[in-house]
Amino acid sequence: MSLLANVSMEFLVATGIGWVTACGVYLMLRGRSFPVVLGLTLLGYAVNIFIFVMGRLWSGAPPILGQGAVQADPLPQALVLTAIVIGFATTGFVIELALRSRAEAGTDHVDGREPGERPERDA
Amino acid sequence: MHLPLITLVALPFAGSLIAALLPTNARNAESTLAGVIALLCAVQVALLFPDIAAGQVIRQDIPWLPSLGLNFVLRMDGFAWMFSMLVLGIGALVVLYARYYMSPADPVPRFFAFLLAFMGAMSGVVLSGNLFQMVLFWELTSLFSFLLIGYWHHRKDARRGARMALTVTGAGGLCLVAGVVLLGHIAGSYDLDVVLAAGDAVRAHPLYRPMLVLVLLGAFTKSAQFPFQFWLPNAMAAPTPVSAYLHSATMVKAGVFLLARLWPVLAGTDEWFWLVTGAGLATLLVGGFAAIFQNDLKGLLAYSTISHLGLITTLLGLNSPLAAVAAVFHILNHATFKASLFMAVGVIDHETGTRDIRRLSGLARYMPVTATLATVAAAAMAGVPLLNGFISKEMFFSEAVFLAASPGIDRALPVVAVVAGMFSVAYSLRFTVEVFLGRDKCGALPRQPHEPPRWMRAPISVLVLACLVVGTLPQWSIQRILETAARPVVGVLPDFDLAVWHGFNLPLWMSLLSLVGGIALFFALRSPMRRGHLAKAPLIGRINGKRVFRSLLARLTLAGRHTRRLFGTRRLQMQLMLLVLVTLVAAAVPLRRLGSEALLAGGDRAMLEFSPMFALMWLVGAGAAIGAVWQAKYHRLTALALMSVAGLVTVITFAWFSAPDLALTQLSVEAVTTVLIMLGLRWLPKRLEDVGRSQPLRVRARARVRRGRDLSIALCAGAGLALLSWAMMTRSFPQSISPFFLERALPEGGGRNVVNVMLVDFRGFDTLGEITVLGVVALTVYALLRRFRPAPESAGLPPQQQALPADLVTDLVDPYSDEDPARGYLMVPAVLIRLVLPLAAMIAVYLFMRGHNEPGGGFVAGLVLSTAFIVQYVVSGTQWVEAHMDLRPQRWIAFGLLTATATGLGSFALGYPFLTTHTAHVSLPLIGDLHVASALFYDIGVFLLVVGATLLILTALGHQSVRGRRVRDNEEDERKEGAH
Repeated sequence: MSLLANVSMEFLVATGIGWVTACGVYLMLRGRSFPVVLGLTLLGYAVNIFIFVMGRLWSGAPPILGQGAVQADPLPQALVLTAIVIGFATTGFVIELALRSRAEAGTDHVDGREPGERPERDA
Repeated sequence: MHLPLITLVALPFAGSLIAALLPTNARNAESTLAGVIALLCAVQVALLFPDIAAGQVIRQDIPWLPSLGLNFVLRMDGFAWMFSMLVLGIGALVVLYARYYMSPADPVPRFFAFLLAFMGAMSGVVLSGNLFQMVLFWELTSLFSFLLIGYWHHRKDARRGARMALTVTGAGGLCLVAGVVLLGHIAGSYDLDVVLAAGDAVRAHPLYRPMLVLVLLGAFTKSAQFPFQFWLPNAMAAPTPVSAYLHSATMVKAGVFLLARLWPVLAGTDEWFWLVTGAGLATLLVGGFAAIFQNDLKGLLAYSTISHLGLITTLLGLNSPLAAVAAVFHILNHATFKASLFMAVGVIDHETGTRDIRRLSGLARYMPVTATLATVAAAAMAGVPLLNGFISKEMFFSEAVFLAASPGIDRALPVVAVVAGMFSVAYSLRFTVEVFLGRDKCGALPRQPHEPPRWMRAPISVLVLACLVVGTLPQWSIQRILETAARPVVGVLPDFDLAVWHGFNLPLWMSLLSLVGGIALFFALRSPMRRGHLAKAPLIGRINGKRVFRSLLARLTLAGRHTRRLFGTRRLQMQLMLLVLVTLVAAAVPLRRLGSEALLAGGDRAMLEFSPMFALMWLVGAGAAIGAVWQAKYHRLTALALMSVAGLVTVITFAWFSAPDLALTQLSVEAVTTVLIMLGLRWLPKRLEDVGRSQPLRVRARARVRRGRDLSIALCAGAGLALLSWAMMTRSFPQSISPFFLERALPEGGGRNVVNVMLVDFRGFDTLGEITVLGVVALTVYALLRRFRPAPESAGLPPQQQALPADLVTDLVDPYSDEDPARGYLMVPAVLIRLVLPLAAMIAVYLFMRGHNEPGGGFVAGLVLSTAFIVQYVVSGTQWVEAHMDLRPQRWIAFGLLTATATGLGSFALGYPFLTTHTAHVSLPLIGDLHVASALFYDIGVFLLVVGATLLILTALGHQSVRGRRVRDNEEDERKEGAH
């Protein structure tokens, strides 16, 4: 396999993204709200890095003028910066929603009822 | 000097508003108001006749959205004139009639308000000079007819009939909207004049067929054409004046109005012929046949209306100008005799208390005048010579005979015409002979019949007189009006002669045949029907349109419920999985086409060299992530800590690959997020390991299967994203828009840190949206938790605190009750933390000020400062912090948003677009020259908002512990009281 010969920073970053995504998605598919919040945050890390590396990997070339001959792509960075802050807001919102839902529904399951329970009758 | 056309539409609507405001018992005031408005408008229209007859088209344009080419256009040509006359003239008569018909107990303001609004809507339909506007009024007629049919809303049949009418005509109206959009698209304009002139282009267009079908669906549903005829008989639950109005001049006539209006554009093709004539003939026969077997007088008239509408539709579908003229003529004639017939039925119902033909007999003895009037009108309906119905029916017969169509139709059409004529004679006879002649059965009636008040009869007399005059002196009375009305429909008028006597020709024989046949049919059916047979129409009586409609609706509702169950938001866990699966499939399809081999092989970009340090970090990050997954269920705090480790690895990754700003922001967000989730953790129920283990084997096996399934989905998602990023990263950097930002950041944005310049300048609008979202989220969180009460089982003390013996002597302070928790073991951290606050503020200012040229900026600065505040909460407790610091995060949010927006608006003052940055050089004493960009103020706004939003989100959660405490205290108090 040529993969092993290809162990580069790119390879590490790509597999890292994949790994954290898998962890995040698995947690997001759980039924209780706490793991889902964790999963969302993990997925957020992976996706932010994914968008960030769309500008390719650059070492020692921050997008600050006058510090070197080359600069990394500033566009994905600006987008991700916004995404980080919005991600924080989303996490905050989801966790408070989980609290409220727990208080209203009496369960912390994301469906609003325990798995075995019968759903309410349709009107 | 005439009033502008708009008054014809606006006056009824204005009157409707006034009528709605009058007192409930003001029957006279209401009817006078409505009558005066209708009469005023009708006279107004009548006065326009000389101009219109001279071929003039009156047009009034009221600018509405001129930039979109949409104006409120009113337009009156001969055809619209005739219809306005019908709508307003018969409207006035109906109002007079309704004055006497409505009982003093009925809430008349509602009645007259709806009636006037309906009149306005109808006049809007006929006068619209713009297709969209016409559709708008069209839908209004559906809506107001719904309200009118359901006027007696305490009655079930009224409610059902109204709902059915609205559903059918409303659905048709939606088709019409689509059809009109297509038509306007084909014609290039929605202006009626342009559309009417574009007939050839429209008929040749490839979209002609779908457009035609849609428009026809609209017209057929409205005009109760087969197979949509079933709503009309159910609409007779309306008060009789309403029925008289809806069935004669309005509502159902709107459909044939549309067919005739668009006749110059749409007619002339085979599709038109087959669709319109086909539907028309079916309606003509079905309606006429069903009418014979009705026992309810109103039902008989309703089916006869359907049949006559079918006749008009047939005439319009024949693609012959002469037939179209006949159609216009029959619209006029039908309106007159049908309105008078309905009014007569209303009189009978009013005076006898029943409308059942089987119970009525010999009424002519008690109400001779009404009987005479009704008989004449019914004769007109049957097409008896010397009445108006005869002339238009004669025209139909002659068209049926002389039309040159395909051979089958050629022969069938005259036969159908004669059969339909026989039906109409038969049901007209049933209407008159059975009710007015025969034995006197009036003793058994609910009320003793007598003549109605004179003014109630007056509208009937006027209409019947019109039938007579038109029928005997057509050339003198109606020829010019008909020419005027028909010219805009057919363009060039064909030669026609409205004489009563044309000699012994085929049409006359057909008329006689249908008369004789109708009489024979009536007498043949009379005795079986008297004996109670044939209570339903044979053959078609079993097909119940109402039932079909209802079962259709029920099925639709059921389908909706199933869809909701499948795709509703009830089962979020399942849905999230579906979401991930759909994403996987959507991504897999193009990946498969490219071939994963090619993607794996990588591209041409030179890669960065392998670093063992980074590999080590990779291991730490990956281990932390999987550890978080492992512990998420039972050891949540551990999982949270591990997740934060993964977050820190993310921070280092950003820093490693030249993104210092991202690293800074992620680092500060990381701290805040961890605190946030920790705060939330307190109120979410804990899961116990041994409970899970003690569950039955089957449940555990199922859980294992589920976990395996989710694991494979997660691995697929991860592998896909890894593959994608690998393929991207190994390929060369494409030319994006980034060079633009790199080049312009310094000269135009005045900053060296390109990312920060982009955020506050180039993409400033984006940032404005983002901070708005942040503020909104914070306020929503606040609102969500304001009324939140923690679940009782999590309101108790945490187990760690419960473990302490009550008599333990300790220097532990209770942060809830203690004024200053900075004593005892907490003294050192509290003092340190309080010292951190000014330091953190300084760092925030430092990060903020350097942001434009070095890593930093408003976001990071805001997060740093709010972290410093939150640490105060953590150590000193909510009560101490809020007693000593007046934070008010909502104000921070408001001022932040205001500052950012005001900075953006400032550029308007200088004549530049929103959020244009300005730079100025300011010299200050001591400090010297300063380069100040307006983006700096914008960034201040961002900073303020981030501080406010973060604080609000976190403190809203933090306050729950105070609440929980209160809940606990209350319970303890209650317990103590109970013990006493």
